[in-house]
Amino acid sequence: MTMLRTFPTRGALARPARGAADVVVFLGAAALLWLVVRLAHGAAVPWNPATAPASISTDPALLPYYAARSLLRMFVALVLSVLFTFVYATAAARLRRTEKVLLPMLDILQSVPILGFLSVTITGFIALFPGSELGLECASIFAIFTSQAWNMTFAFYQSLISQPRDLDEASRLMRLSRWQRFWRVDVPGGMIPLVWNGMMSFGGGWFFLTASEALSVNNHQYALPGIGAYVATATADGELSKVLLAIGVMIVMVVGVNVLFWRPLTAWAERFRIEYSESAEAPRSLTLNLLRRSRIPAALGTVFGRLVFPVDRAMAPFGLAEHPLRTDPVRRRAGDVVFSVAILLLIAYGLVRMVGFIEETAGFGEVGHALFLGLVTFARVVVLVAVATVVWVPVGVWIGLNPRVSRLAQPVVQVLASFPANFLFPLITAVLLATGISLNWGGILLMSLGAQWYILFNVIAGASAIPNDLREAAANLRLPRALWWRRLVLPAIFSSYVTGGITAAGGAWNASIVAEIVSYHGVTLTATGLGAYISQATSTGNAGHILIGVAVMSLYVVGLNRLFWRRLYALAERRYSLT
Amino acid sequence: MTTTRTLGAGELLVGVENVSKSFPGAAGDELRVLDDINLELRAGEIVALLGRSGSGKSTLLRTIAGLIAPTSGTVRYRGTVLNGANPGTAMVFQSFALMPWLTVQDNVELGLAARGVPPTQRRDQALAAIDLIGLDGFESAYPKELSGGMRQRVGFARALVLEPDLLLMDEPFSALDVLTAENLRTELMSLWAGERFPTKAICIVTHNIEEAVLLADRVVVLGANPGHIRAEVPVALARPRDRHAPTFATLVDQLYDILTGREPDLQVPEPTEATPTARPLPPASVGGLAGLVEIIYARGGRVDLPDIAADLNFEIDDLLPLVDAAAMLDLLLVTGADLTLTPTGKAFTTANIQTSKQIFAEQARHRAPLVRTICRALAASADGNLRAGFFLDLLRRGFSTDDAQQQLDTAIDWGRYAELFDYDTDTDQITADPGAGLHHGKVA
Repeated sequence: MTMLRTFPTRGALARPARGAADVVVFLGAAALLWLVVRLAHGAAVPWNPATAPASISTDPALLPYYAARSLLRMFVALVLSVLFTFVYATAAARLRRTEKVLLPMLDILQSVPILGFLSVTITGFIALFPGSELGLECASIFAIFTSQAWNMTFAFYQSLISQPRDLDEASRLMRLSRWQRFWRVDVPGGMIPLVWNGMMSFGGGWFFLTASEALSVNNHQYALPGIGAYVATATADGELSKVLLAIGVMIVMVVGVNVLFWRPLTAWAERFRIEYSESAEAPRSLTLNLLRRSRIPAALGTVFGRLVFPVDRAMAPFGLAEHPLRTDPVRRRAGDVVFSVAILLLIAYGLVRMVGFIEETAGFGEVGHALFLGLVTFARVVVLVAVATVVWVPVGVWIGLNPRVSRLAQPVVQVLASFPANFLFPLITAVLLATGISLNWGGILLMSLGAQWYILFNVIAGASAIPNDLREAAANLRLPRALWWRRLVLPAIFSSYVTGGITAAGGAWNASIVAEIVSYHGVTLTATGLGAYISQATSTGNAGHILIGVAVMSLYVVGLNRLFWRRLYALAERRYSLT
Repeated sequence: MTTTRTLGAGELLVGVENVSKSFPGAAGDELRVLDDINLELRAGEIVALLGRSGSGKSTLLRTIAGLIAPTSGTVRYRGTVLNGANPGTAMVFQSFALMPWLTVQDNVELGLAARGVPPTQRRDQALAAIDLIGLDGFESAYPKELSGGMRQRVGFARALVLEPDLLLMDEPFSALDVLTAENLRTELMSLWAGERFPTKAICIVTHNIEEAVLLADRVVVLGANPGHIRAEVPVALARPRDRHAPTFATLVDQLYDILTGREPDLQVPEPTEATPTARPLPPASVGGLAGLVEIIYARGGRVDLPDIAADLNFEIDDLLPLVDAAAMLDLLLVTGADLTLTPTGKAFTTANIQTSKQIFAEQARHRAPLVRTICRALAASADGNLRAGFFLDLLRRGFSTDDAQQQLDTAIDWGRYAELFDYDTDTDQITADPGAGLHHGKVA
């Protein structure tokens, strides 16, 4: 059937369009190459911490250049995240012993506030490249990396361990080498979760990119050429029109990356779906259609296709993707013992050093203080999630149940979710200053600017997945409004809502570091909270306070996930799953 | 060539010697799946491993393939003990196991790529295999564009292109519809009879008795709990085989007899006496059970098992649990391959729904060991309430986690239908039904 359907597109009819597609694809590729070379050159300018500029020029003509520099950072971080994912997830899934260590570690890394990473690592990065802006550049990229990598790694790990058993057996019986197994089975099998999680994390990455381009660390102001630093400088100067301009550029950039990169990628990734049936609503992409119509990708495919065989052979020494059937239990047990003792010693040593460090610098009284501040921030997160739930659940359900509305609204919400909320901070801050509202309350609004969309986004997805026959049955039973909500809609969207809630709460904790202390045109507002605490500790370079703040925040996030969200999640799986 | 095949006296390819396999149970004990299996697979023969679910036939096939290690005993390929995937075998899977992201041709080439065959030679070999198996014109299609039968052809081409000594097949036709399966089976047999067939022997796992008789030179019947070889039945019929020949039917009846019959040297306690682990509940729903009894009643109270399986188009894995359950509850009597309705069974199927429920309750309460155990425990409890986890813990001493859960699910299904007790998922509580009179405590 399908072969007949594709026949006309390969025939003469499609030829003329093909030539045009070739030109577009070729020009696009050339322009991209030039841009990367040009931008990479700018990153290595001479630089030293003492004379480094605390701000950048806010000439609007420079904005495209700044935007491109920011974009390059995002993509470098994405590439690093993918590489990290491949290595880490594969090690965790395939090596029996490392799994026991790598997985819990990933769980903890995921709950450490991302800007906390930045606070801890930035001085190290600057020291790594003396006399060059590369150190700062690396710190910024690292911040984006930390916002993307953990999610993607978890997703890929999940796909590796839930690989269909028959595919695993078939690959082992065919005696694929480790290299072949990875590229022909593991990566394709994990492609869809990898791409989708990459796209969502990339959206979140904008937030941390802009936060990491203009920083005050160790009593020093740093600014990297980039759109985030542009907004920071314009805010400090109190130039709202330039902030609005940057917001416009940012919207163009978010939408552009979505159209030119993520849409085609998700549409292309559909071919890696494991189920043998086509999914009902496969994503489509104009860009991908253009690429497919062009001859250039196919030509590149032939060229690189020739390399597959030699590379396969070169990688053969890595061995077969197979484990011996018989192992000596005594040796195995001995290895386990040595390994666990080594790990435990390492953890103990780290703990002792940390306790010693805190005792020397801040003292343990500080931990109690930080715990109290954490409680205040926690209260903000609770209010935020509660209000966002009350507001967005009805809206999300309405959108999700109207196919026409959701087709229009879904991309808008997606852009809203990936638009860096900190770009809007100056506007809100200006209002707060004008009205005299305390940041202790206004902080909730700032935190919610980025976080709330996850709830809306997931509720829409959940509502649109409610089976039509259930809705018809509810209509047929003439369920009154209240019953309709209680017996149909709320249970049906529950698990999507929980997913959204976890993400929103995590995002709010992360945002607190930049939302609890804001400045506009020389005036700085500070709220009481753990986020402001970490932020202040970073700008004064107080290592003890940074450590305590970040550790306490991780503790809160891990604790809440374990005690609250995971239980809700388990309940959703057990009672309210539609399958 | 064909003569040596039918004689089955070819060179020894795979030797299975005293193989046992245990999996660690949920309660820390060992659950034995295979017990002391000895089997030889020789060039020129087709061997069918026939058994019901739980007889470990797939596990046995996977030890032969070198995919899982036996707990004790050895598997040798041409004299060498396996320590990894068996290099002389290729497998055809029930679920096809094709890489969905590779085209038909790339799927077929994958095994050759693993052997380091250069691309041009690879393509030629793959095209030859695709041609042999009748997939011409589908080279560039993706598996999801193909029907089940075509997908399984790709599965065959992928295995055959490697020219393995031994072709392993794990219920290769059971995911296909009846006509497609028959078509593929016939084609496979005509290939096997020809000179071009690239493998020396075939070992097929099946739970379809007719399929076993149709294909095999030797049928190895496996018994369950733990898996062991019950019988080896040579099939000396000439190929191509005729399903309607009397000798064919005799063999099918003989195999049914072996599969449903009680093993002489195995002590199985009566259901009224047995513990829940000694007589597990067959995984049968009340609806299926009642349907079977009704059909037998409609056909005059006596049917032949192969006939009814063929009429209903049921695999034995679907049918035998129903038969076992009905026999356990004394609703019907199994003699060889014959099913006879008992007086209780007749009463059960002719009564109105309330009376029939009462009959079922009476039978289940006394003759289904796990249901009986639950009823007794509820009667002895303080308030007619018990945690389901309590029974699960007990069952884990004799079953794997999944099997224990299945036992409990079946018991709850039966108990609910019989209105003996009820189960609340949220609280994980099993509660005695007040109407059943199990419990005379505080509950009214």
